[in-house]
Amino acid sequence: MQYATLNVGSGFGPIHSAVLTTRLLAKNPKLSAPTPERIPSKIAREDEPLLVKAAKSGDAGAFEELVNRYESKIFRLTMNITRNREDAEDSMQEAFLKAYSHLHTFKEDSRFYTWLVRIAANEALMRLRKRRPNQVSLDEPVQGEDDLMPREVEDWGPSPEQRYAQSELHEILDQVIESLDPDFRTVFVLRDIEELSTEETAQAMGISVPAVKSRLLRARLKLRQKLDRFLRDRKPN
Amino acid sequence: MNCTSAIHEISSYIDGELEASVRIELEEHLRECEGCAIIVRQTQLTVEIFCNDKPVELPPDVRSRLHEKLKHKLHKSK
Repeated sequence: MQYATLNVGSGFGPIHSAVLTTRLLAKNPKLSAPTPERIPSKIAREDEPLLVKAAKSGDAGAFEELVNRYESKIFRLTMNITRNREDAEDSMQEAFLKAYSHLHTFKEDSRFYTWLVRIAANEALMRLRKRRPNQVSLDEPVQGEDDLMPREVEDWGPSPEQRYAQSELHEILDQVIESLDPDFRTVFVLRDIEELSTEETAQAMGISVPAVKSRLLRARLKLRQKLDRFLRDRKPN
Repeated sequence: MNCTSAIHEISSYIDGELEASVRIELEEHLRECEGCAIIVRQTQLTVEIFCNDKPVELPPDVRSRLHEKLKHKLHKSK
């Protein structure tokens, strides 16, 4: 492993969120899509609170600037929740349209992105509920402790990143995360992929902080378990 | 600390959010229990691998349709 904070081989240590942030920023490619015709904003890009204020007072260019800033992240989020491109696109479009319509209700004491994520996550979950009505139960508490304790534990040896090519590993991770229950997957996506804080995740999902922590623990353990099964069943070439 | 308690603290531990006394207790357990130690390493690694995975990109056609819809909405409400 190339990251000093992850002591995979010999010891233990927290994954520092700042390190994760740095890594994610390094990994996220810039949007490669062609730039659409833009309405110039009167407000500087760096100053988001002013941008939000301008958008609220009717500056369409300011709102479009906010869209440009977050469209890739929101699509990734809706895609990760719905696991369906059509639903992800519809959720993203609806999220931005709703954000524009309800911008006057946005209280500027929280991050605009968190507010947007909340709208997008709700849209994505609504579509997921329609498609798979019996599988999404975000409003219900997570029951049961029995599945938390792993039964068989075996060291992975070389890490999956060393064992598989990036594209092959991507396919594996895709299958693994898709098989996770949506209520666990959504918490994992918001906390670990989108790097929202526990409080922001709770706010975005409309659940309590302890519920986020409990679901995140289960999500991470289930992903480990699913990855473990996958790695055992599928020996590298 | 026993294995069940240790497993319940894993998530807070890898986020660095455990109180010092609990962290020390957990680390003592991890030094003695190879199974839990492996689970902690693998859980950390799992989070890392997903964070390092190639992100979903916004396809150009999806982006164009979004901006078309927005343009329509923004111009309509002017």
